[in-house]
Amino acid sequence: MNLWQHFIESLESVLANKLRSSLTILGIVIGVASVISMLAIGQGATASVTASIQSVGSNLLFVSQGGGQGVVNPKPLTLLDANALVDPTNAPDVLAAVGTLQSRATITASGTSTSASVVATTADYATVKSLTMQDGEFITNTEVSGRSASVVLGSGIADSLFGTEAGLVGQTVRIQNQPFKVVGVLKSLGGGGLGSQDNQVIIPLTTAQVRLIRRGDTNRIDQILVQATSAGSVAAAQEEVTNILRGRHQTRVGSDDFNILTQQDLLSTATSVTGTLTLLLGGIGAISLVVGGIGIMNIMLVSVTERTREIGLRKALGAHKWDIRLQFLMESSVLSIFGGLIGVAVAAGISRVIANIAASSNTAINPVIGLDSVLLATLFSAAVGLFFGIYPANRASNLEPVEALRYE
Amino acid sequence: MSEDGWVIEAENLTKYYDMGEVEVQALRGVSFKIKRGEVVSIMGPSGSGKSTLMNILGCLDIPTDGEYILDGENVSHLTDDDLSDIRNRKVGFVFQSFMLLPRITALQNVILPLRYAGAHKIKDKAKAALEAVGLGDRMDHRPNELSGGQQQRVAVARALVTNPSILMADEPTGNLDSKSGEEIMELLLKLNRDSGMTLIIVTHSPDVAAQTGRVLRLRDGLLEGGV
Repeated sequence: MNLWQHFIESLESVLANKLRSSLTILGIVIGVASVISMLAIGQGATASVTASIQSVGSNLLFVSQGGGQGVVNPKPLTLLDANALVDPTNAPDVLAAVGTLQSRATITASGTSTSASVVATTADYATVKSLTMQDGEFITNTEVSGRSASVVLGSGIADSLFGTEAGLVGQTVRIQNQPFKVVGVLKSLGGGGLGSQDNQVIIPLTTAQVRLIRRGDTNRIDQILVQATSAGSVAAAQEEVTNILRGRHQTRVGSDDFNILTQQDLLSTATSVTGTLTLLLGGIGAISLVVGGIGIMNIMLVSVTERTREIGLRKALGAHKWDIRLQFLMESSVLSIFGGLIGVAVAAGISRVIANIAASSNTAINPVIGLDSVLLATLFSAAVGLFFGIYPANRASNLEPVEALRYE
Repeated sequence: MSEDGWVIEAENLTKYYDMGEVEVQALRGVSFKIKRGEVVSIMGPSGSGKSTLMNILGCLDIPTDGEYILDGENVSHLTDDDLSDIRNRKVGFVFQSFMLLPRITALQNVILPLRYAGAHKIKDKAKAALEAVGLGDRMDHRPNELSGGQQQRVAVARALVTNPSILMADEPTGNLDSKSGEEIMELLLKLNRDSGMTLIIVTHSPDVAAQTGRVLRLRDGLLEGGV
C-alpha cells in the first residue's frame, strides 16, 4: 500500500467516528491555539513595550541620583548640574539637558478629581521628549522664570477631568488644592504600562520648587533628561555626562553618586522581561498541547482494541507489520494535523479578541501571529500526533493474526 | 509451483502451546499431503487441534516442529512479514463470520488484498472476482446492505482475487441459513471445478464434509487413521 492509500483509509476511519474524532481533535485544537495565541500575545506585548519606549526617543539618557554602595558624601542632582551638561566643548554629543522634579498629586477640576503624576520641568522638556500639543502651548521659559501657575495636561488627564480634550485652554485646575491655569493639552501618545505619557501634567520647574514639590535644597532636582545628538552618539554622551558629573560631584573613582540609564538599557530590560513572559505563556500552552496528545494516544488505544479483528483480518490478507503501523500512525497524525490547522484558526480569533480587549482598556497590544509560530505549532502538533501514535500503532502491528482474528 | 502435483506437504506437524506451567500439545505430529485441485475437509471435535492445523496450513502460525511445504515453498520457519507475503500470494481465507470491513464497499473489500500485494489494475481484478461470485451488480454496496449469503460471496471473491494456491474456508456456512449455506458450498465447489483451485474446508457439518473429496479427521492432535 502506498502512503496516499493509507492517508485515504485513515481519513475514512477518522470520519467514521465523527464525534469521537472531533473530541480528540479538540484537545489538540486547544493546545495549538493556546501555544500560538500565547506566543502572539507575548510578541505583541514585546512590540508594544518596545514601541512605547522608542516613542520617547532612542537618544535619551536618564540621569538620576543614587549609585553604588560606599559612596562618600553623595551630592544631589541640581539644576546647575543640568545646565553644566550642555557644554559644546566638554560634551559635544549632548544636545540638550533638562532637569525635572516628579511627584504624584491629586488634581481637581469642576468637582472631579484624579490622581496624576506631576512633572515639573523647563521649556526644553517638550523637545527632548518630542511631545506635541493638540491644543494651546507648552510651558514657556517666561513662565518658568516667572514661576507662573500654568499647567499642561496630558490627554488622559484632560479626558478624565473634563470629558473632553478640546477647548480647555484657560480653564483652571487645582493641583493639591492650588489653582493652576491650563495653557495646553498634549497630544495622546498611546502606549501603556511603562511610563504612560497621557496621564501626566506638566508645570514649570520653579513653580513646583516653591509651591508643590519641595526638596531640601531649592536647586535640587530628581532627574536630568539628556538628549544625545543622535541615537548613535548615546554611548559617547553617556561617557561625557559621567565625566562632567564626576568632576562636579568630586566622587571617588568607582563610586558615582548618580545613575545613568539609556533607552537601550530600558529596552533590553523590557525585552528580556517580555521575552521571559512569552516563554512562560508559550510553556503553559505547550502543556495543554501535550495533554491533547495524550488524548490522541488514549483514543488510538481504544481504536486499536476495537479493531483487533480488523487488524487480524488485514494481516491474514497480507498486511505487513509496517502496513498496520503506518495505518495507525497516519490516523493519529491526521487527527493532530486537523487539530493543528483548526487551532491556528482559533488562535487567530483569540488574538483578535485579545487585541480588542487590550485596545478598549487603552493598552495597545497587537498580537503578532508569525509564520514561525504557526509552523512551530502545526509541526509540533503533527509530532505530538506521531509520538503519541507510536505506542498504539506498535501495539496494533504486533498483534498475532491468530489471536486477533479470534478476538471478540 | 511444485512439479509433483502436491500443493500441501505436511510432515510431522507439531504445535505446543506454553501456557505457563503446563504445555498444551495441540498437534502431536500430523503428516499428510494434498494434491493440487483437491477438495479436502478437516473435521474434528473442539480441542482436537483443528483450528491449530488450519492456522498453520493458512500460514497464520508456524509449527513448533515438523515441516510444512506449501506450493513448493517451505514455510515452517518464516518471519511474520514473510508469512504475510505467503498468505497474500498463496492463501485465500473465507471465515465463518465473513470478516468484511463494514466502512467500505464490497469492491473496496475485495481490493484490499490486492493493495497489500501492490498489484496493478486492482479495480478490474476485483470487479472480475465479484462477477465470478455473481455479485457484479452489488459492488458498491456496503456489507450491511448485503444479506449474509451475499457477504460471504464478497468474502469468497476477496479470497480468490489474488489467485491463491489454496483457499482455506473456516466453517464457511456456519453463520448462514441452510439455503445460503448450500449456495456458498456450490459456489466454492464450482470455483474448484472451473479453475482447479485447491479447497480446504474446516467444518463441523457432516453435510458439508460429505461434499468434499476427502475428509481429514483430527482427534487429540492426531489424524484418525493416520492418513
